[in-house]
Amino acid sequence: MSESKLLHVEVWRGAAEGKFQSFDVPRREHQTVLDVVTQIQREQDATLSYRFACRVGMCGSCAMVVNGRPRWTCRTRVSTAVKADGRLRLEPLKNFTVVKDLAVEMTDFFDKNRDAKGYFEPHKSWQDLSQRQFEIVPPASPQRQAADAGIECIGCGVCHSACDVVAWNEDYLGPAALNRAWTLVNDVRDGGQEARLGAISGSAGCHACHTHMNCTQFCPKGIAPTYSIAGLKRAMVSRALGRSAR
Amino acid sequence: MTAALFIAQRLSAAVLAFAVTVHLATILYAVRTGLTAEEVLGRTRENVWFLAFYLLFVLAIAIHAPIGLRNIAREWTNWRGRSLDVALAIVAVVLLLLGVRAALAVYLPIAMYLR
Repeated sequence: MSESKLLHVEVWRGAAEGKFQSFDVPRREHQTVLDVVTQIQREQDATLSYRFACRVGMCGSCAMVVNGRPRWTCRTRVSTAVKADGRLRLEPLKNFTVVKDLAVEMTDFFDKNRDAKGYFEPHKSWQDLSQRQFEIVPPASPQRQAADAGIECIGCGVCHSACDVVAWNEDYLGPAALNRAWTLVNDVRDGGQEARLGAISGSAGCHACHTHMNCTQFCPKGIAPTYSIAGLKRAMVSRALGRSAR
Repeated sequence: MTAALFIAQRLSAAVLAFAVTVHLATILYAVRTGLTAEEVLGRTRENVWFLAFYLLFVLAIAIHAPIGLRNIAREWTNWRGRSLDVALAIVAVVLLLLGVRAALAVYLPIAMYLR
């Protein structure tokens, strides 16, 4: 593709209040959306704020709304995201407070992992190393497979941006935190299930999910948080009926 | 929504899926050749199965509808807390009373219910 071709890009400037600013960026073959933002920031307007780190789809820091769809920009080629008229509109993620331009405040999002008890709590027998040095977790076991299905989350916030329930209820824990909780519910080494299932069973927890599946549609890692949330609902019902959470 | 409300709503939904189907199918079947009110009442009065079915139906409605309305209210308005729960408990009781009254009206052989 010729470098003389230009891509017309509209970029959100400001925070909650602001407006779109237009840039023309040289179109290059295999160009990613993050390449476009970087070109603008380095060559045209150094005051443009955005966030990135790894550029290879591992860190989860470069997510933005691209032509209305939340995406990881480092792994999104312009050719797949661009409109038919050759325009690209870049906005910060929805359902987050905008810090400036394309950078959003992620603190509340990550705090929800904590609120959903999305961290490992070794159970007592595992803490006693004299009793048991290693927990054997067969890779083919159903629980390990269920955990594997959701374990690759990079915390990019795309699902949180896409979720209607998060938009309605800012207290809702959201698909990422609930997916994380589900991986731990399936961790046989974990001893914090009671507190975790208590944390995700409130009005802001898994029962608030409407199964719209936006999170599952947009997750760049191909995770299905909707299924994880459905699993949490089942675990909750089992707990309420007095059965083991697992 | 708590786990208990979630379970109550799902169980009542399962009952409703069955009850609404039977209810609609019965209506379509009963009126296909034209029935008078008297003929309908002739079939429902003192029919214990009929009464039991509709009491179950009414109970499921009285459980299901307020929980759904509570969720809608919480998502679309800022109404939360005890006042919301009390209001929807009243909705549940009203639905239950009206429903039981309607079921008894076509079951009980009492002159006051005759038109």
